[in-house]
Amino acid sequence: MGKYYDMLMEDVRMREGLKACMNCGVCTAVCPAAEFYNYDPRQIVSTVQTQDDDAIEALLRSETIWYCGECMSCRPRCPRGNTPGYVIQALRNLSQKLGFFTESEKGRQQFALKKMIGEHILNTGYCVTPRMVLPERHQEQGPVWKWIHEHDKEVYTMFNPTYMNEGPGAMRRIADDSLQEIRRIFEVTGGMEMFDAIERYSDKKARELGFDGADEKYLMYTYTENNNCHH
Amino acid sequence: MRRNSWKEYQKEVADDRYYYLRSCIRQNFFPGSEKAFLKIVGEELGRDIFDDPAHTSCTGIGYHSDIVPYETIMTVVARQFAMMTEAGYENAAVSCITSFGVYTETLETWNEFPDIEAKVRENLYKATGREFRKPRNVSHASDIIFHHREEIGRRAKHRLVNRFTGEPLRGVEHIGCHYAKIFPREGIGGVEFPYVLAGMIEAWGGSVVDYPERRHCCGFGFRNYLVQANRGYSVANSQKKFESMAPFKPDFIVANCPGCAMFLDRWQYTIAEIEGTTYGEDGRGIPVLTYEELAGLVLGYDPWELGLQMHQVDVEPLLNKLGVDYDPAAKYLVTNGRYIGCPEPAMVNMGAE
Repeated sequence: MGKYYDMLMEDVRMREGLKACMNCGVCTAVCPAAEFYNYDPRQIVSTVQTQDDDAIEALLRSETIWYCGECMSCRPRCPRGNTPGYVIQALRNLSQKLGFFTESEKGRQQFALKKMIGEHILNTGYCVTPRMVLPERHQEQGPVWKWIHEHDKEVYTMFNPTYMNEGPGAMRRIADDSLQEIRRIFEVTGGMEMFDAIERYSDKKARELGFDGADEKYLMYTYTENNNCHH
Repeated sequence: MRRNSWKEYQKEVADDRYYYLRSCIRQNFFPGSEKAFLKIVGEELGRDIFDDPAHTSCTGIGYHSDIVPYETIMTVVARQFAMMTEAGYENAAVSCITSFGVYTETLETWNEFPDIEAKVRENLYKATGREFRKPRNVSHASDIIFHHREEIGRRAKHRLVNRFTGEPLRGVEHIGCHYAKIFPREGIGGVEFPYVLAGMIEAWGGSVVDYPERRHCCGFGFRNYLVQANRGYSVANSQKKFESMAPFKPDFIVANCPGCAMFLDRWQYTIAEIEGTTYGEDGRGIPVLTYEELAGLVLGYDPWELGLQMHQVDVEPLLNKLGVDYDPAAKYLVTNGRYIGCPEPAMVNMGAE
């Protein structure tokens, strides 16, 4: 067996997600990512199944593994009980651990996701809060969202008087002791290690690309850059 | 025969004593829906439901963006279960489809790999000093509304009938991928014939639209929406659904997942602005509701107390068909009737007149 395949098999999702693929392509037929991108989950599973180190390393460095939307539409369709979406999750996890994710435009976006979603979880206890969804970064949210965003306190307190204050209800402020526990969980279970790896490899890549490290400018680069060669 | 195939996929839904697990996306975009759910379950149906300030996000959006490792999210889930255990509850009522998928995936992993469950217990204790019992029942909040749909129907102030024509209103239901595609047996009706929302629509007098792309993803795709550069994926997949459903002239869309509800609402605005295309009647959008909003309207709740003014696509055409008595001028008023301005107009709301 190849070393990368062995590393992948340490992930329980690989044990659940890949038995023996017969290359029928049903996963690709139902895949929303395959409709939009030049993407073929069947081919990914097929490559991983070869256990070939060079081929798997090429995948770990590629754009391809970052196209999947993790909708899991492939899962109930596979006649062999495989889950290409789980295989993708394991590949992405390993790509970040080894630092290969910075070799692709789509992979580099993990830095933006870590900064925006990851740090928000640690700071607020939520993946998303109203103040975070900035209208200038979310034009698709439209004028009603802009109105909500500009008047968030007035709007949300109609539904919960403790908006951004401690107590029950929608968008309450999560107490510091609960946030401390979440942070400790991230420290104990490898979550913080993953965040550090994303930061460290992104900083290295940012400097290679001429930025002053993984700063706000690099963040916006990873958030907005699209070479339009993905289709 | 096919129409009844959903009956092969039944799941147990707890009848009472729920521990409520809120959703980041639902409380962010539809805070009135979570409030309505607690009111329906607690006040209308007289059930015990606990809204615990100490629980947090499940971190599911981070997990499916691949920045949160599986070991980490399983331990966050374990902490939620510990809070539930400490509060004396055994039935989880989950308000989010992503979270629902995360809870069911975690429990399935623990069932198949007891060593992983043991490791998570050890990690949780090390991180927080907490211990937990696994829930007796995990239901999505829509399962609970489905479970009580007949009782809600008996209290209905409005049936899902067009008061101008007397015909049942046509509803598109969108159940959200992670409701049943990960574990079909965890969803009412399974993955092929999901009935959780269709059952509500039928019980309350409406008819369900069956259209080719009924099972297609709304297009969220996690990183494919969260990162600005990728949003073409998201809008293109939503558009595929709109194009497929529009010929059936739906009166409304109802979504199981808060993310799906938000995307199906907002992408109609975006497509109208980019291409000038709208999918509803008279050049407007198709109103999109959460199932709590649908239940709330059936029960006669005020649309602005439900938070329907937070939608981009206007819901008034649907309110008019239902015969809802509402004050159009109160739409954008906040507490104590204060006026704070209103949103700018958009093409999806303008109509053909």
